[in-house]
Amino acid sequence: MTDTIKTRMIKVYIMGKEYDVPEGLTIMKAMEYAGYRFIRGAGCRAGFCGACGTIFRKKDEYKFKTALACQTPAEDGMYLTELPFVPANKAEYELEELASGPNIIVSLYPEIARCVSCNTCTKACPQDLQVMDYIQASLRGDIEQAAELSFDCLQCGLCAARCPADIVHYHVGQLARRLYGKFILPKSLHLKERNDEIEAGVFDQEMENLTTMDLDQLKKSYIERDIEK
Amino acid sequence: MEIIRGYPDYMRESIEKVEKTRPQRLKATFKAMTLEEREQILNEYHPDYKPEAKRDLKIGPSKGQRLPHEVADLLEAHPLIDPDDVDLSKVDHDCDILIIGGGGAGTVAALWAHYAGIPVDRMLITTKLRHGDSNSMMAQGGIQAADRPEDSPPRHYLDAIGGGHFTNKPELVRALTMDAPRIIKWHEELGVMYDKDDKGVMMELSGGGTSRKRMHSARDYTGMEIMRTVRDEARNIGVPVLEFSPAVELLKDDQGRIAGAVLFNMETDQYYVVRAKAVILATGGFGRLHIQGFATTNHYGATADGLVMAYHVGANLIDLDSVQYHPTGAAYPEQIVGLLVTEKVRGLGAQPVNKDGELFVYPLEPRDVESANFIRECYGRDNGLTTPTGMKGVWLDSPMIDDLKGEGTIRKNLAAMVRMFERFGIDMTQDPILVFPTLHYQNGGVEITDKAETSVPGLFAGGEVEGGVHGKNRLMGNSLLDYNVFGRRAGINAAEYVKKVALGKLSLDHVRKYEEALQNAGVETDRRAPMLLPDYRGSHVLSRALDIL
Ligand SMILES: Cc1cc2nc3c(=O)[nH]c(=O)nc-3n(C[C@H](O)[C@H](O)[C@H](O)COP(=O)(O)OP(=O)(O)OC[C@H]3O[C@@H](n4cnc5c(N)ncnc54)[C@H](O)[C@@H]3O)c2cc1C
Ligand code: SF4
Ligand code: SF4
Ligand code: FES
Repeated sequence: MTDTIKTRMIKVYIMGKEYDVPEGLTIMKAMEYAGYRFIRGAGCRAGFCGACGTIFRKKDEYKFKTALACQTPAEDGMYLTELPFVPANKAEYELEELASGPNIIVSLYPEIARCVSCNTCTKACPQDLQVMDYIQASLRGDIEQAAELSFDCLQCGLCAARCPADIVHYHVGQLARRLYGKFILPKSLHLKERNDEIEAGVFDQEMENLTTMDLDQLKKSYIERDIEK
Repeated sequence: MEIIRGYPDYMRESIEKVEKTRPQRLKATFKAMTLEEREQILNEYHPDYKPEAKRDLKIGPSKGQRLPHEVADLLEAHPLIDPDDVDLSKVDHDCDILIIGGGGAGTVAALWAHYAGIPVDRMLITTKLRHGDSNSMMAQGGIQAADRPEDSPPRHYLDAIGGGHFTNKPELVRALTMDAPRIIKWHEELGVMYDKDDKGVMMELSGGGTSRKRMHSARDYTGMEIMRTVRDEARNIGVPVLEFSPAVELLKDDQGRIAGAVLFNMETDQYYVVRAKAVILATGGFGRLHIQGFATTNHYGATADGLVMAYHVGANLIDLDSVQYHPTGAAYPEQIVGLLVTEKVRGLGAQPVNKDGELFVYPLEPRDVESANFIRECYGRDNGLTTPTGMKGVWLDSPMIDDLKGEGTIRKNLAAMVRMFERFGIDMTQDPILVFPTLHYQNGGVEITDKAETSVPGLFAGGEVEGGVHGKNRLMGNSLLDYNVFGRRAGINAAEYVKKVALGKLSLDHVRKYEEALQNAGVETDRRAPMLLPDYRGSHVLSRALDIL
């Protein structure tokens, strides 16, 4: 697929080694073009799983940058490597037993109190999340804000690889979201009622009729069903 | 070629036409097709209806079934391992339940097997990439469940079976639709952040082929939100997971029951023998086979391994002749060709329009019908737009969503989409995006019962790898549901099944027999399967590759 693109060639340096690749590929496809066959470092290939965290520096630029290999175009003069694994400890908990109070997150992840507000995590995030802010919110016990701000986190680990305070941000965000979803978001009443109805067998007869209906009748019911606008 | 806000000038000219027709289209609708019209356009334009794209399978229990060549190629291929190379006398892992595939179905199966009494140290998930790297992580749009008062499971049933052209197995559709509200409730208890109003009422949308609004979402990261939550739960209870170690072949015992699998550590090239009283197949779909050359939305590991392994042990296959193409894959820019543009974009009101800005189809036809309409517009009527790399597509008029639903709706509800296009210089809140059908979903698979049993004792299956639930066409939001419903049922029923099993001697004789069957059928090939991973290395590299290290 990648071979059909006829464009200018650029130079990328994969772990320091020079390769010519066509312009206009993602870093991931450029590495494949160069001959890499991924075992690690490629998951969804679409910006959803965080398997392809990548660090790079451009020739003649001092800045150290982070990206998702599957969502970032390769550029001329990139010195890059994937960072497909970041060692990280996750707290184990039984959600049922954590009532949602202000100190839960910091009690499970005490290291968040060590945050020095350097904002490196935010700068590292390929999803452009306010990572430092969700850590600070977690520290304050503002679960809602931590859940909201961390919602789009792909758990790529780039923030955790850069943090001078050794915080594992994405696990913290995960806990915040589960607490928020379980204890703070209002429960759905209609969902509960529907479950009760199913339990009570309210739909059993209608379901029985449908599963045993002859094809013509079934088609007719399908065509004649009203459609909610 | 000058690029202006992400698009070359000639595409900009077409965008101007789209903008011109927008005010009047905001109020316009397009008539949905009748069943006859649907059938006609499918026959003429849907890739699945091309007879030359398929062939009859030559061997095995589903011999004679018509399959896409790419699938038949893998079933008519030599098994990847030679039974003589594997020492079955030494067992590396011994457990009650082996779960193959650490995506949604596999993780849900582990949790429910545990709830049903299997201790975590008596189960193992083995997976090809990392735990969670899967199609399940990628779903954006939503999950169906009939939980509003104006809706009901029987209605959901009717929509699903009509959408599947009445070919679905009724018992499976019943399980799917009756279990749905229970699944959403379970998710709520686990802390999944579904979109709700401040009273807790679920905010539900329509999807292609649904007669009620029943699509639950968690912004446009619905799949990710569910997957990471169930994964977090599995980690909390300590389910063991072996990563980068795909199963390559199932094991049987001397009584013909499933008895485990051979795994392959892709990083060390070592194999492991796992003995298990039951195996749950949760390996997902086949998008990476690139059927008929289509780009795909699927993750890197979607290579149909489960189908191949199940067929080697003699499991029945069903509905594999039918492949789902999602109507809206990105067609531009080149870097993201084939990636999914969620159906929610149409659900929120964006219309598909041609190069002249004309609305040409009802936006929410079932997926196959919608896809066929896009293909006709591009190739039958030449009303599509050609990209600089030669791909054709039609516009999806995304900016109209904010006009219809209020400023900011797109950014709030479609953050993942906005981000994906922004990374490549396109602002979908201001400009339409170009789309074309992309290979999306394996409609059929290994045949199961409503207890998630396959035709082979001890082998269960849940999720995209199995078939029968959706018949010849799946509706949006029914496959996240599928992996939860049948992942759960597989876990529970496998837990029940293992109570009565005492395994005999492990064997790979079925692999030898498969090899014989290939020979008897006169299949001559050097293909080997399962595939495990696709190979996207540049041809200039492959043509000079040596296998000597
Ligand atoms: C981009 C995208 C968007 C989607 N959007 C929606 C949506 O909005 N709503 C909806 O309902 N559905 C949607 N779907 C479909 C839905 O996500 C999938 O059908 C469903 O998640 C499949 O779940 P699964 O657990 O069966 O498979 P997967 O989640 O794909 O998991 C299978 C796992 O098995 C692993 N595996 C494969 N082979 C082996 C092997 N040999 N050994 C060990 N492990 C193996 C894979 O790597 C993977 O981790 C979407 C799909 C995609 C790709
Ligand atoms: S990188 Fe670490 S220390 Fe710096 S702001 Fe982020 S969490 Fe705090
Ligand atoms: S918050 Fe951290 S783990 Fe999450 S996406 Fe951003 S950098 Fe990756
Ligand atoms: S491969 Fe999943 S985010 Fe890049």
